[in-house]
Order: sequence, then structure tokens, then C-alpha cells
Amino acid sequence: MISADISTVLPEILLAVYAMIALVAGVYTGKDKVAPTILFLTAAVMVVLAAMIGLSGGGTTSAFNGAFIDDGFARFAKVTILLAAAAVLVMSKDYMLRRDLLRFEYPVLVALASVGMMMMVSAGDLMSLYMGLELQSLSLYVVASLRRDSAKSTEAGLKYFVLGALSSGMLLYGASLTYGFAGTTVFSGIISSVGEDGMSMGLLFGLIFLITGFAFKVSAVPFHMWTPDVYEGSPTPVTAFFATAPKMAAMGLFARVMFDAFGTSTAEWGQVIALLSLLSMFLGAVAAIGQTNIKRLMAYSSIAHMGYALMGLASGTEQGVEAMLLYMAIYVTMSVGTFAFILSMEKDGQPVTDIASLNMLSKSHLPKALALLVLMFSLAGVPPMVGFFGKLAVLQAAVEAGYGWLALAGVVASVIGAFYYLRIVYYMFFGDEDKAGIDGTMSPVLWVFLMGSAAIMVVGMVNLFGVDGLAAAAAQTLVN
Amino acid sequence: MVGLEHYLAVAAALFVIGIFGIFLNRKNVIVILMSIELMLLAVNINFVAFSAHMGDLVGQVFTMFVLTVAAAEAAIGLAILVCFFRTRGTIAVEDINVMKG
Repeated sequence: MISADISTVLPEILLAVYAMIALVAGVYTGKDKVAPTILFLTAAVMVVLAAMIGLSGGGTTSAFNGAFIDDGFARFAKVTILLAAAAVLVMSKDYMLRRDLLRFEYPVLVALASVGMMMMVSAGDLMSLYMGLELQSLSLYVVASLRRDSAKSTEAGLKYFVLGALSSGMLLYGASLTYGFAGTTVFSGIISSVGEDGMSMGLLFGLIFLITGFAFKVSAVPFHMWTPDVYEGSPTPVTAFFATAPKMAAMGLFARVMFDAFGTSTAEWGQVIALLSLLSMFLGAVAAIGQTNIKRLMAYSSIAHMGYALMGLASGTEQGVEAMLLYMAIYVTMSVGTFAFILSMEKDGQPVTDIASLNMLSKSHLPKALALLVLMFSLAGVPPMVGFFGKLAVLQAAVEAGYGWLALAGVVASVIGAFYYLRIVYYMFFGDEDKAGIDGTMSPVLWVFLMGSAAIMVVGMVNLFGVDGLAAAAAQTLVN
Repeated sequence: MVGLEHYLAVAAALFVIGIFGIFLNRKNVIVILMSIELMLLAVNINFVAFSAHMGDLVGQVFTMFVLTVAAAEAAIGLAILVCFFRTRGTIAVEDINVMKG
């Protein structure tokens, strides 16, 4: 019995053991001198594990009395998380080396955070949910303040810590009420405790507190206030990490709990999530207009994108979950490409984050400007880029689930949001040459990621590489 | 006779005090860390009360996990606070203002 359990959680165990070995190896050998080796090794281990999970075949197994579930949904999310984390690690190396920031703890912490994220999307019990979430959060607090000598980075870490701990507290209070009124912490037990006549008052309170905690983690309005500051203050590679893997994990966890533990009451939580989605889309679109720092702009952009992903979840249907997974996979791909470009923005060796520095980039570096143009169009959801198909899928799901007003609001918000994406394109192609401010050199690794991501956004409109089929299969295992 | 409701009321009161401690406190980050601990301990009271009421041990197991994580969280929070103090020379809440927001 125990050996079957262990073979189910083998990828997580392998990554956790690897992280601890890497930590000890780093301490006892060259410390930061071996950091690049550990970094590449970590990325390689993650890619291998992603392949192992992706190719492990179908079927749903649960381990440790239902505390851990391995199904198509979890595998889809895990592969996305691991590949995104590996991509960000590889991209960060040059940036961190040049700024004397590449400590060997960085890849180890990213690996531990990834273990936490894998636990989150596989959680089948409130306890494993909490442990996974905290493993991820505690690692992220530390990487946010990785630049110990910078006031901004430590402040970002402190703000993230205080608000993250507050959200964990809310979530935990919700978990305690759920446990008390459902009588169990296993999701399958919670769902069967909900009777024919709906949820009891206590369980409803528990659900609301749980949703509050998740909304913090996915940075949905009105629980988004940490996002811009943490994105701006953290070192750029860390920001790139925040914008990709943890978002996917938090959305996966959100969907997992809603469907596995409260799947019979979609009407109750659908309303709440629809409201979160509406507020996130509009705040993300409107508040980004005044931003001049590209990292803050990406923070508001991620808030808006989480709003669209939540729209899929709010639908409460299999189609909605499929749209959400597809949207998240597309969003993560776009973010990796965009951050590859942001990592290369520098002048005289100093990082630049001002949007105005992109003025007339097209004149000196046309291919890169074109790639960024494709990514910005895709982020804005301009057809025919892939980002448009992601938005289309969530809108369709919302309309079919009876949230026509939400879909309409989503279209309006995406038109408002297009303004600030297109402003970047305007600067690059029709801007003021006197204000140009970046060197425009780019390491080959970043170039490959930028061009690759942009190419996917163009080629994907013909064929989504089968990701849509995988997302559909994954959604089917979650909603049944 | 002290029943389940009394424990839940105490836990709810402590939890709310913890939340208000985070938002209303204008002086010191250490007070915020204490408020976070208060919230987690309120949750523990909830868990143990439910566990005893239902005669189910899972709640107490959960409490052990929460206690462990709370210790790790406090350690990381203090470590970040020390780094912050080294760069800024202060831990007053109103001085956490390099970035707007």
C-alpha cells in the first residue's frame, strides 16, 4: 500500500530530495561559485520531471487516503509549472550573474517552491493543501527579498510576507470552519457532507474565507494590493517567476478546491468568483494606464489576466475549466517571452524599467520590436494572435454558463486594457527618437525565449499544438 | 458549562483582533508579526474545539501542522525584517514606503 502511495507522489519526492541535496552540495562545495551549475541542473531536473509527468499516461490515482490526487488536471498544471519554472531559471542566469545576485540558494528555493506548487494542484485534503501552499509561499517570500542590500527588494519581501501571511490566516480560518461543519478535511468527504438542501451556514462561511485566501494568492481584486509593489521591488528574474508558475498553481488549486470539495454548489461560489473576475478585469485595465514602470504595468496586466482566467472558473462547467487551463497556459507562455525582453532592457549595464526607454526601438532592433509587438498584441487579445483565442474560449464558456453580462464586461475591459499594450507598440514604432534609452543588446538565451514565445503566438493561430485537447482532457478529469 | 460555541466565539474574537492588529497598527512591524501569530492561534483553537466536539483526531493533527508552519513563518518574517532594518535603519510601519501602494 505504502509503495503504491509513494510511486504516486514520486515526482514531488524526487524534486524535494534533489532540492535538499543541491542545498547541502552548495553549502559544502563552492557556495556561490557553483550557483550556475546548480541553476542549470535544477532546470534540467524540472524538464525531466515535466516529461516524466507528461508521459506517465492517463488515469486517476489517489494516495495517502485521498490526501493527494494525481489526475489529468494535476498533470496538466504540473507540466506547465515545471516548464515555466525551468524557463525562468535559465533566463535569469545572465541577469543575476552580472548583478552579483546569483546565489546558489536561488535555484534551490525555486525548486522548493515548485514542490509546493505541485502539492497544491494535487491536493485532495485541506491539510495537504495548506502544506503545499505554505511551502510555496515561504519560498517565494525569501526569493522576493533576494537582493538583501536593496531597500526596494527587502520592502517587497516584507510586504509580500505580511499580506501573504494574512491571506494564509484567512484561508486557514476557512479551513477550520469547513472542517468543523463538514466533519472532515478530505475533499471527497466535504462534498458528500453537502446535503440536498444546500450548504449549512457554517460551511458557507468556510467557503467564503477559503475563496478570500485563494483570491489573495491569484491576486484578484480586491485582494491585489501586494502585486504591483512586489513585482516592482523584486529582482526582475524573480518577478518573471512570480508572473508565471505561482499563478498557474494558484489557479489550479482554486479550481481543485471549488470542484472537488464544493462541486455541488457551483451557483454559490460562481457568483462570488464572477464578482472577483469583474473587478480584476476592470481594475487591471484601468490602473495600468497611468504606469510608467514596465514591471508595475505587468503586475496590473497579470491582475487583469487573472480576471479572465477566473471568468472561466466562475462558469462552473467543464468547458469553463478547459478555457481556464488553456488561458493560463497561453498566459504563462506570453509572460515568459515578455519577461525575456524585460530582462534584456538595460542601459550602460544598469537595468531600465521605464516604458519611455522603448522609444523607436524598431529603428535599431526591428526583429525584437516585432517580437514584442506580437506579444503585446497577444496580451491585449488582438486577433489573430493566440491570446485572442484564450480570451474567446473563456468568453464562450461564460456565455454558455449564463454569465452573458460578465462576458460583455470582459470585452469592454479588454478594449480598455488594449490601450496600454498598444502604447508600448506606439513607442517602439512611432515614438520620439530623442527619448530612446536602451542598449538593445540581448543574450542568445533571452533572444531564443523572446522569439520562441512570439513565434508560438503567431503559429498557434493555425494549430495550438494539441494543448487545447490536453486542456479538455484535463478539465474532464476534474469536472465529472 | 463551556460548550463549542464559547470556544468558537473566543477564536473568532482573537481572529478579528489579529486582522485589526495588522490594518490599524501604525507603529511597528513586530506588532504585525504578533498579530499574524494571533490569527493562526485563533485558528488552532477552532480546530481543537471542533476536534474535541466531534471526537475526531484530524483537527488536532492539523493543529500540529499549523504550529510547525507558524514557527517557520515567524522565522522567515523576522529574517526579512532584519534585512529590511539593515537597509533602512527602521522598522516603523509608516516607513515602508519606498514604493507607492
